[in-house]
Amino acid sequence: MFPTLQIGPLALQVPGLVILIAIWAGLSLSEHHAGKFGIKSSDLYNLAILMLAAGIIGARLMYIVHYPQAFLASPSSMISINPGLLDPVGGLAAGLLAGLIYIQRKGMPFCTSLDAITPALAVFGLGTAISYLASGAAFGAPTNLPWAINLWGAQRHPTQIYEIISAAAILLLIWPGIGPVKPNLPGIYFLSFIALSAGARLFLEAFRGDSQLTYLGLRDAQLVAWVILAISLAGIYWLGHRESVRET
Amino acid sequence: MYGEILSKKHELSSQNHYPPFWPCPSDKIILMKINRQLLTIPVILLAGLAWIWTSRAVAGETTAGNIPAPRQGFQAPDFSLQNDQGDFVRLSDLRGKPVLVNVWASWCTPCRAEMPAIQRLYQDYQSRGLEILAVNSTTQDSVERAAAFAQDLGLTFPVLFDTDGEVARLYKVQALPSSYFIKPDGKIEEVVIGGPMSEALLRVRVEKLLGKP
Repeated sequence: MFPTLQIGPLALQVPGLVILIAIWAGLSLSEHHAGKFGIKSSDLYNLAILMLAAGIIGARLMYIVHYPQAFLASPSSMISINPGLLDPVGGLAAGLLAGLIYIQRKGMPFCTSLDAITPALAVFGLGTAISYLASGAAFGAPTNLPWAINLWGAQRHPTQIYEIISAAAILLLIWPGIGPVKPNLPGIYFLSFIALSAGARLFLEAFRGDSQLTYLGLRDAQLVAWVILAISLAGIYWLGHRESVRET
Repeated sequence: MYGEILSKKHELSSQNHYPPFWPCPSDKIILMKINRQLLTIPVILLAGLAWIWTSRAVAGETTAGNIPAPRQGFQAPDFSLQNDQGDFVRLSDLRGKPVLVNVWASWCTPCRAEMPAIQRLYQDYQSRGLEILAVNSTTQDSVERAAAFAQDLGLTFPVLFDTDGEVARLYKVQALPSSYFIKPDGKIEEVVIGGPMSEALLRVRVEKLLGKP
């Protein structure tokens, strides 16, 4: 684990740095291949930047709404750069809303736009897995397997490595023009990525040592992943079926 | 990419002037494909459910339990350090109260930037049981400089001196400041590496700690 990188007096947060690099690399990849999906790379870039900006602002605003007393006591904290003062749900909602408005205003096809942004999402997934390795987050359950790593006071599954392998495999599977997952119909490429990611989460969560549990010891993340997997598979089937009906 | 494929398909279908005779061979293939998908999807989902059930966690398996480690959900590693009065302060003696352990050095700019907010926090929450231990990383500082720093900023909470690097080792401190929000039961609620932490962040985290058993 290497959570910080000391450069002189500056301590860089490696997980955050990896995430930033992943966002940049992912967007570059998606922009590079946007033309293959019939989307202008500049539109895709603007969409991503707008969603990021709206996501950050929305996340901070939602956090302020949740904890107004803390910000009344310290109004300058509203513009603090602390990432701990962000509400993920608010950020996601604001980012998606901004994205939808932009897509509609620009007249971009919805499903195709999702397809075009998929390579960026896959690179972001890989970056997240690497950031786990850097911070020691998403750690594994204790095990006696020969490849166990000593982390947080126990021999554990190297779940961060499992996550990296899985994210890299998904990225290769969907790599535009090379991977076997092809964008044959609008939306299927994106849904295939979601299905693969949900499947990987469902499988790998079993080795985690930090799972949130619900009734009977079932893991929350697996249940959510299963629902997402079901929805994405149903979506793939529905899109394929709709096209076949259209052809007949 | 798929624009070309679709246009070819539509071009082919538009060449057919006859009403489609159903089922034609191509439709058969499509239907077979769809039927295969219809079978595959439930199989995948059932296998997923079986895996969820098989991999459910036994009680305590996914919790950190009582392992001491500088990580959220784990027991805060215990330590005993001398304060500026020469008295020893032990973390485990504060069990039952929420504790903020802040590791700092006098030369560290973000440490200096966040310390006034920590002092205000202490003033506001001391009466509700909050304890703050400001651990000076003395192996990379000096007792004199640290004492002058505390006096300069008017710190009223205990300043402890990590002269042999015990806390730095136990808490795997790699950057300054590093802060550990510890629940009354001795488990770490959150770790914040780097700074400066804003006052709102400190207040929200302490409110959360005060709400925990």
